Amino acid sequence: MSDVVAKPWGVLAEFESPGAILAAAQAVRRAGYKRFDVYTPYPVHGMDLAMGLRRSGLGWIVAGGATAGALTGYLLQAYVGWDYPLIHQAKPIQAVQPFVIVIFELSVLFSAFAAVFGMFVLNGLPCWYHPALKSRRFAKVSDNRFYITIETADAKYDPAKTRELLQAMCASAIEELEE
Amino acid sequence: MSELTTNSTAIADPDVDPGVRAPLVLGGKTIGDVTEMIASIPERKKAPLWWWVATTVTGLVMMGCLGGMIGYLFATGVGVWGNQHPVMWAWDITNFVFWIGIGHAGTLISAILFLLRQRWRTSINRSAEAMTIIAVMCAGIYPGIHVGRWWMAWFLAPVPNSNAIWPNFHSPLLWDVFAVSTYATVSALFWYVGMIPDLATLRDRAPNKLKHFAYGLFALGWRGSNRHWRHYEMAYLILAGISTPLVLSVHSVVSMDFATSVLPGWHTTIFPPYFVAGAIFSGFAMVLTLLIPARQLFGLKDLITTRHLENMCKVILATGSMVGYAYAMEFFIAWYSGNPFESFVFINRAMGPYAWAYWIMVTCNVITPQLFWFKKIRTNPWIIFVLCIFVNIGMWFERFVIIVTSLHRDSLPSSWGYFNPTWVDIFTFVGSIALFLHMFLLFIRFLPMIAMSEVKGVLQGHSLMHADEPLDVHGRKE
Repeated sequence: MSDVVAKPWGVLAEFESPGAILAAAQAVRRAGYKRFDVYTPYPVHGMDLAMGLRRSGLGWIVAGGATAGALTGYLLQAYVGWDYPLIHQAKPIQAVQPFVIVIFELSVLFSAFAAVFGMFVLNGLPCWYHPALKSRRFAKVSDNRFYITIETADAKYDPAKTRELLQAMCASAIEELEE
Repeated sequence: MSELTTNSTAIADPDVDPGVRAPLVLGGKTIGDVTEMIASIPERKKAPLWWWVATTVTGLVMMGCLGGMIGYLFATGVGVWGNQHPVMWAWDITNFVFWIGIGHAGTLISAILFLLRQRWRTSINRSAEAMTIIAVMCAGIYPGIHVGRWWMAWFLAPVPNSNAIWPNFHSPLLWDVFAVSTYATVSALFWYVGMIPDLATLRDRAPNKLKHFAYGLFALGWRGSNRHWRHYEMAYLILAGISTPLVLSVHSVVSMDFATSVLPGWHTTIFPPYFVAGAIFSGFAMVLTLLIPARQLFGLKDLITTRHLENMCKVILATGSMVGYAYAMEFFIAWYSGNPFESFVFINRAMGPYAWAYWIMVTCNVITPQLFWFKKIRTNPWIIFVLCIFVNIGMWFERFVIIVTSLHRDSLPSSWGYFNPTWVDIFTFVGSIALFLHMFLLFIRFLPMIAMSEVKGVLQGHSLMHADEPLDVHGRKE
């Protein structure tokens, strides 16, 4: 029967303004928490710095996509020129100049896929289940409220102290989340 | 909560103080108001009567005209069109270039204005991007159906086949296949990625289980996590960065379909920039044609403000002037080249049998946008609407003039001809307009037509905060 009892996952605190959530995020980080997250209806400027997050590495994935696209574009045309040598206005079949456009287009196409699907992979999306999404209060996250969660799995987590910290940062509501 | 609202309009009224800009959102809105205003549109239980009427009429015309004409074409052959020697390319390519051009405004707004930090784009980018995708759909129909043996249309793509035949990679027509299909795909990805946070809003507010499931499925479980926003914003920036050269390349490549041929009237180096300027010109006119009624009917005047309309009119004025310059430069080069065939084509354009089309084009594209120098005209939505209809007409005629007048009188007078469209040509085009309007009506009914999360980000008061220094509980520096 142990699987019927829901395990605690963490604590959810609600804030009413971007300034308050920014200050709270900074306080949580300064208190030494690692497994915490901030949820906002739009990207709040300065939040990455407040949470101590580094710049996204997505650019490297896209650079890989762009290179793969350019190579595909070149190899496709070079292969077709070799397999089916179509002499056209006496132009050299393997000249690179007329290949440029298709190389460019495929490079853009592969970059776009790398950007979108790379972002999904880095973010772990799609993820249709999350403890926070079960909270009725949390539905306001996509409207006009700002939230912080701190997971029980965090080494610093303490049911009383964590709650105290969030209260001190003027959270407008605090609730426990279950897994 | 005062920092969550927009400044009152009295403070930043450019009519009182020309040194300030009008706010991007009027009426002292909070971010909650923005959600309510936009999300309540697709949440309505019953669509308004005008929506039902418009959607039904366009749906029937779409199926009857477009579906019927394509069916007739497939059953009979391209002979049902007016295309005849010497005009072997006519309305099919005209419509293709026209629709592709329309799409360019959406990408310009979503990508180029994003990179230039033109924050007014946030109120209009979603619907402009939707317009782009729908316009590219309309455009994509024509190359597919004009190939004659339509069951061979897949030959456009380099697919290995049992005949061991490959397409010609030296041909701009093949470059076009790659440019347009990349453009359609990247535009759709960009549009969808931008919509994920707003789909999450619709999911969280869903009034019933079906909507909760449908919006939730496509929201991918988005929960506004800042660890997600970090990668999301980077993805958005990169998509904007790569869409910028892409959109410039698409109409350039379309123009090369003409410019690389050795035909007077087509064989000009001015074509790529001239086509891109014309595309943006026509696209902005179409954005305004769609948004002026939409903002009226949905009461979105506080979000799509007069400032937005004015800015778009200024873009139309700028690109319209570039188009006018290109028309003049074509004539100058025709004369300056000293090439009698080149000169003949241009004199024939302005004074020949198609002079009526040429002068419709000049009136609509060169004279009409110049009226936007006047602030009174730029700020009156219904005058803008009428002028934009003229621009749409003018830009269709531009493509018609370029294509048909260059072809109808070649170097051999015995083979001169005059193109007349058949009823199939006309109804196919009418059907594609209906498809365009029908898809846009579906979009505004079921999806958020304004990017909520982006508008929230630009609400005044959410000014930049630097969190490297200690903050008090209100987020102010200690």
